[in-house]
Amino acid sequence: MQDDTNKAGISISVRNVTQKFTAHNSSNEVVALTDVSLDVRTGEFCCLLGPSGCGKSTLLNIIGGLNTPTAGTVTVGSTVVNGPQPKDVAFVFQESTLFPWYTMLENFKVSNEFQGSKGEWKDRAMSALASVGMENFANHYPNQLSVGMKQRINLARGIFLDTPIILMDEPFAALDEQTRMVLGEDLSILLARTGKTIMFVTHSLAEAVFLADRIVVMTARPGRIKSIIDVNEPHPRSPDFMLESRFSDMRNDLFALLRDEIRQTVADMRMARDAGQVHA
Amino acid sequence: MRLSENAISRIIQVTFVLALLLAWIFAVKSGAVHLLLLPDPERVWASMQRLASSGKLWSEAQVTMMEVGYAYLLAVVPGLAIGFLVSRSPRAVRFCEPIFSGIFTVPLTLFLPLFIFFFGIGPTAKIAFGGVYAFFPVVITAIAAFVGVDRLHIAAGKSMGATSWQMFRRVYLPSALPGILTGLRIGAIVCIASVLGAETVSALKGLGRSIAYASELMDSVQMFAWLLYVVIMAVAVNLMLTAAEVRAHRRY
Repeated sequence: MQDDTNKAGISISVRNVTQKFTAHNSSNEVVALTDVSLDVRTGEFCCLLGPSGCGKSTLLNIIGGLNTPTAGTVTVGSTVVNGPQPKDVAFVFQESTLFPWYTMLENFKVSNEFQGSKGEWKDRAMSALASVGMENFANHYPNQLSVGMKQRINLARGIFLDTPIILMDEPFAALDEQTRMVLGEDLSILLARTGKTIMFVTHSLAEAVFLADRIVVMTARPGRIKSIIDVNEPHPRSPDFMLESRFSDMRNDLFALLRDEIRQTVADMRMARDAGQVHA
Repeated sequence: MRLSENAISRIIQVTFVLALLLAWIFAVKSGAVHLLLLPDPERVWASMQRLASSGKLWSEAQVTMMEVGYAYLLAVVPGLAIGFLVSRSPRAVRFCEPIFSGIFTVPLTLFLPLFIFFFGIGPTAKIAFGGVYAFFPVVITAIAAFVGVDRLHIAAGKSMGATSWQMFRRVYLPSALPGILTGLRIGAIVCIASVLGAETVSALKGLGRSIAYASELMDSVQMFAWLLYVVIMAVAVNLMLTAAEVRAHRRY
């Protein structure tokens, strides 16, 4: 990351990644991703959008080093990924990933310990909590808070980890529409300050257009990149952006792109069911 | 005044125990039941005091408590360790879980003569028997508890760079704790039951032996005195373990 061409350039580089899975109770091979290549620039907010089961989360896990691809390579900064990289890449999953047996502050402490950092953590934790307006809940247990509050803190943990890259796997999926919008707006403001590189998996078209600099639309399984759409709007974005006609135009374009893929997914599921391959 | 659900169930439980005691007194005083079958509660109480003051209670209870303690260790330490190791591999779970559950459904009491044959009539046989019997509920619940650890918690821990020890100490163990505590409680009950049961069958010393001995002498007063001590001991252990379990569950 020291090198200037890198710093101004590519943060994550995915090259010809293919991922196949074999289910343990059958000999069937499931191809989750085929030949995916993608470059994400430093400081870019990149959304992955696609029908369910298209391998969005799988791609994110491969970039984060949680899955090993069947073929292809991922480079983060200047290192080839072959396992988690706690100092460079942080994950933000759904809010339930805060450990319920620890208070919020203890959760931050444990994260710091996991990263192998020996240094001061408490002030950093408190300022991360303050950045999402949750500093008064440091000593609460996760189950004492609402889903929206927990997800704010979960985001704060992602920021606290202090990595140049954050991978977010449908972080707002469990939230209601209003909370989602407010958190999305906060996220846009937060990230405008930090200059982090973000990859964000979502199902929501509006969320993708509102947050992303670039939206990567994926096909139904086996997942491939169908097209990439640029959203030219500076961060932080205001809710007024959502009222502009180009916002709804982009949203409609995305829907048109996705519609066939969703039809395809539904048809595949019917076929699988009729062939008796669906294990509930 | 409004009482909490908890207070109400406590009152019902205490009332139930008092009602039993009253029924006992009534049955004896009315002469409806022969005194040999159901002794006078006052004489039982006097016998309990005698057993305590003479030091007999302590010398017998000591043996039983020692046996239960060692048997419990023998069940819990391998039970939790094997439970965790098995839970690491789905194949091992599919293989081992039905075997452990299957053995636990067999009344292992039938094998007690085998334990006596192997280890004699001293404490070793009780420790071995109680340890083996209580191992199964502990290992079965431990496997379920460790298998049930949330996939996302594991992914989160790994992505933050946790070492294997950190994963165990900070993720697997606390996550599995409520389930483990349930197993520890059931294990303790099974352990006490099997050790005392083994003592009644053949032993030189211990609470179970004292109950069986009083029964052989047709000394029902003393038998009831011993029985009540065992009930008190079992209830105390159960209350302690239940409290720990409830505390662990509250947060999750």
